[in-house]
Amino acid sequence: MLRPYGKRMPAIAITFTLNGSPVTVDVDPAARLLDTLRYQLTLTGTKEGCGEGECGACTVYLDGLPVNSCLVPTYQVRGHRVETVESLDPGALEPFERCGATQCGACTPGVVMTAWWIREHPELLETHDTRELMAGNLCRCTGYDGIIDSVKEALEARGKGKREG
Amino acid sequence: MKRREALAKLTGRERYVDDLPLEGFLWGMTVRSPAPRGRVTAIRFGKDVDWSQFVVVDHRDIPGPNVVALIEEDQPVLAAGYVRHVHEPVLLLAHPSREAVRRAVRSVEVVVGPEPAALDFRVPPAPEQIQYGSDNVIKHLKIEKGDVERALAGAPVVVAGTYETGAQEHVYLETQGMIAQLEGDVLVVKGSMQCPYYVLKALQHALTRDATRVRVIQTPTGGGFGGKEEFPSHIALHAALLALKSGRPVKLIYDRGEDMAATTKRHPALVRHRTGLTRDGRLVAQDIEVVIDGGAYVTLSPVVLSRAIIHAAGPYACEHVRITGRAMFTNAVPFGAFRGFGAPQSQFAGERHMDVIAATIGIDPVELRRINLLRDGQTTATGQVIRDGADRLAVMERALELSSYRDKQREHAAFNATHPTLRRGSGLATFYHGAGFTGGGEVALQSRLRVAGRPDGGVEVLSANIEMGQGTLTVFTELAATRLGLAPEDVTIAEADTGRVPNSGPTVASRTTMIVGGLIERAADDLRRHVGLDDSARGAAVKQSIQRWHREHPGEPLFGEAAYEKPPGIVWDDQTYRGDAYGAFAWAAYVAEVEVDLRTYTTRVIDFVAVQEVGKVLNPTLAKGQVQGGVVQGIGWALMEECKWRDGAMANNQLTNYLIPTSHDVPPVRVAFLENPYPHGAGGAKGLGELPIDGPAPAILNAVARATGAEPRAIPLTPENLMELLDGQAKVGAQHAAPLR
Amino acid sequence: MNVLLPASLPEALNQLASDATAVPMAGGTDLLVHWPVRLEAHERTYVDLSRLDSLKPLRWTEDELTLGGLTTYWDVILDARARAELPLLVDAARQVGAIQIQARGTWAGNIVNASPAADGVPVLMAYDAVVVLESRSGREEVPLDRFYAGYKQMKRRTDQLVVGIRIPRRRYTYQVFEKIGARRAQAIAKVGLAVTCSGAGWRVVAASVAPTIRRCPAVERLLEAGIPIASPEALLPAIAQDVAPIDDIRSSADYRTRVMARVLYHDLRDFWGKRA
Repeated sequence: MLRPYGKRMPAIAITFTLNGSPVTVDVDPAARLLDTLRYQLTLTGTKEGCGEGECGACTVYLDGLPVNSCLVPTYQVRGHRVETVESLDPGALEPFERCGATQCGACTPGVVMTAWWIREHPELLETHDTRELMAGNLCRCTGYDGIIDSVKEALEARGKGKREG
Repeated sequence: MKRREALAKLTGRERYVDDLPLEGFLWGMTVRSPAPRGRVTAIRFGKDVDWSQFVVVDHRDIPGPNVVALIEEDQPVLAAGYVRHVHEPVLLLAHPSREAVRRAVRSVEVVVGPEPAALDFRVPPAPEQIQYGSDNVIKHLKIEKGDVERALAGAPVVVAGTYETGAQEHVYLETQGMIAQLEGDVLVVKGSMQCPYYVLKALQHALTRDATRVRVIQTPTGGGFGGKEEFPSHIALHAALLALKSGRPVKLIYDRGEDMAATTKRHPALVRHRTGLTRDGRLVAQDIEVVIDGGAYVTLSPVVLSRAIIHAAGPYACEHVRITGRAMFTNAVPFGAFRGFGAPQSQFAGERHMDVIAATIGIDPVELRRINLLRDGQTTATGQVIRDGADRLAVMERALELSSYRDKQREHAAFNATHPTLRRGSGLATFYHGAGFTGGGEVALQSRLRVAGRPDGGVEVLSANIEMGQGTLTVFTELAATRLGLAPEDVTIAEADTGRVPNSGPTVASRTTMIVGGLIERAADDLRRHVGLDDSARGAAVKQSIQRWHREHPGEPLFGEAAYEKPPGIVWDDQTYRGDAYGAFAWAAYVAEVEVDLRTYTTRVIDFVAVQEVGKVLNPTLAKGQVQGGVVQGIGWALMEECKWRDGAMANNQLTNYLIPTSHDVPPVRVAFLENPYPHGAGGAKGLGELPIDGPAPAILNAVARATGAEPRAIPLTPENLMELLDGQAKVGAQHAAPLR
Repeated sequence: MNVLLPASLPEALNQLASDATAVPMAGGTDLLVHWPVRLEAHERTYVDLSRLDSLKPLRWTEDELTLGGLTTYWDVILDARARAELPLLVDAARQVGAIQIQARGTWAGNIVNASPAADGVPVLMAYDAVVVLESRSGREEVPLDRFYAGYKQMKRRTDQLVVGIRIPRRRYTYQVFEKIGARRAQAIAKVGLAVTCSGAGWRVVAASVAPTIRRCPAVERLLEAGIPIASPEALLPAIAQDVAPIDDIRSSADYRTRVMARVLYHDLRDFWGKRA
């Protein structure tokens, strides 16, 4: 007997807010948010790097906080708010383009999600430094300087935008 | 120019192999050997699985020779009754459900009748462990210059040392993966790879398909570092066999655990030095032995060994040099290409040894290097005359100046004298890296490339060289645009599809910009001539001529072509290992500043300065990023990246237990370039990609030696290893700068 | 695999009571590691706690801080009073993974995962935390330093849920948390130490050096009695009584022992030989 189709709970229907819009989806109880996003909702921007919560390539926001979507059972996001890299405004990513925040790009969506969260919460830098806040996103290409520089520039651009706006 | 594909990557729009839409496909997986060596006596299929639902492939399903074609034809696609390493592929399974195939893989038992395995490359094999030739030596190589024995006998001082480096896992963030499917009669394989034509060759060979019935397409590649040089041929073959047997598209994506356990790593190495010097520190003889662990098949070990020995003597002038190299067969998962390709191992030993020499004869390590660094007109170990106009002393001086090396030494002395538990020190490494294939390799590759003129007047670069993060798309765009006076938007880079692009060679060996970039320039010139222009025509004139040509030749293809030509005056003898090993060397001096916590034996790099001369820097942001990334990879290799072995396989194959540096572990890496355009490189550039991995490990360990008084000779220098070194010394009562106060 | 989705604490406690094999699922940061290949874990029943909002907040009273059963590391990191008054909680929380784990991981989950290398447990134990367990049959409180019985064994019945962690508010004259990992962020502790001194006396808690996280009574006695200690080596006999480190994939017993001695010796160098 083939077990995957054997004793198995039926799918759970869940509704949550994804990138600003409500979405209802039937999920396997064993599904991770990462798999639901990538293979069911075809939002492939979110990457799997390790499946063990180490690399951060699968970082998404759950109720506004960065989390590893490989460690979130999908049923837990019912009624909650999820944002993926697809929700970001490409126009505002210019500093990341300019400062060398991406090379191979496999860690990049996760890096950008954490970096953007810092950009949106500059008060974090009163208690943390950027290198500590970015430590949950492994990058094997940049040596991190390009990422750290980009965060700094993005914060400055944001500050400038605020003053001018 | 900004990285071309940066925005696609930043927004998650870039589609890697596992992101591509695919209908009606099967997930493939691999059943592997549980033992390091032995005969497969049985394969048992568990009763808990309905096997009729699965596609099962074994070695009997291979249409052609059961061989992954590379240097030697010794490595099977799938083990045929005999295994030589743990995790060797034995069977392939596929099923529409990924979970089902995961369960099924666990239900297969491969029974191996064990035979004695060779698992330590450093010790001579016992007779029953011999499996390659008469001594398990895969490859012997030797470089000889002058008369080493006589010079050593006459040398006033001889300093000996033995150094070891460990394996290193690539940890590209995108794991290996392939899709194979039949499009009509054509087998199409796409995936993450550095060398589409290597994959093509392997597919053609084992599947006995000619080039018209197989096509390889590179998908955006999430990091390679050499790990996607030779290994993707295996997964491509596996996916292809499953697709051919099932008639369905097959996707084979390794998860991190399988990727770390079953794919190649950097070769572990053991290097012995015996160095003769004058009392004031001039090198008179270098006798060097390099031994590397090749693992269970030949793969690329002979050429890794070649690069290792050629770089082993360092960027120094010495009249009497002997370097012997051996690549050993062991029953370990085969080792393979990794950024630097042997040079990091041998230069770690060489640069650490320089500081050991300096300490032994009582000379400043900077002075020792100043005396011996190659001057123009002097020769390397292979007898290559260096006459490139590069100022290697200036490179070192710049690194010393940027790192405030002299001031830091004083500060460290004061700090170390008073701090109860912390010790600081700075260390230097001066080194070099030859760009492009070794010796006659580039000639043998016969690289070809096309630049096509598009009907709209723009151009398309057709090359097999790929983007894996290092910036190929951007630099190729810049080179073509600059050559023809076009805007970057007028240049496109073709997808690396063997059905469309000529074989411009593999994306390895720091050759892409310098050598393949040169082909772009020449193919652009050729294109210009095709449309009736001379080499001075630029911009609008080029565009309009291309447009006109297309109007006059509707429907016809227009392209310029270039094939590799050896720069004048390069001579290499592969039999004697004499001559010009590389067209050009890049030169560098790195300074690491470390802080060692004597409570925990932990070493932290607190400052890093990387100065290099790589010819003309084509794109400062990309070049800086290459250096910073290479340095951080080197910091990891030096201090924390440790493969723990069980039966020749990695036991810590998780990112929780094999640690690479995070942003919090490394300081900003301060990068500077001295520019000295190389006349035969594209835009004056020399190869850059690998150089930065050669220097960090010796610079860091030299700094630890300065900080603590210990003489570490092996990496990774984990806290556990440093503890043994420091406490071992304390026990024997040697003078040792780091007792706890 | 089966998932139960209770909407209230009583419902969850009923579910736990009726299935002794059911596993409570909070932030998932331990349970979902390597999930796709841990096929045996897919055979179990899980009780999802994510809707039990009453367990989320942390609460300050005059005498104590109570962490809820679902309070996360990040909740504590953001709490200015915790930073000022119980700073080791914040120190430890900041060294659990990185933000992605801190945002999801819970203190209660850290306790019941019962890893000998846990980061949250040592500081809780050094602050004399008490585990509040609840089941259909009522509440029970167990001091954390008596919670573990052996490797991955603890005094939680399968029908019980950790609904709170009570931490007394005291004035500390000394407190430190040391996590020695193979890198500065996102590492599993090779040695962990939490040391506090208050009116209640010295607490020395060690991680990754025994089958469970545990207090080190022999070392505590040296401090209480003001025994002079002149070198790290002088601590080794007490350490040998308190802990039993092993060689494993992350480190060696020798390293763990020596580093524990050296860190304790140096961090506490102002206190050895001085009666509390």
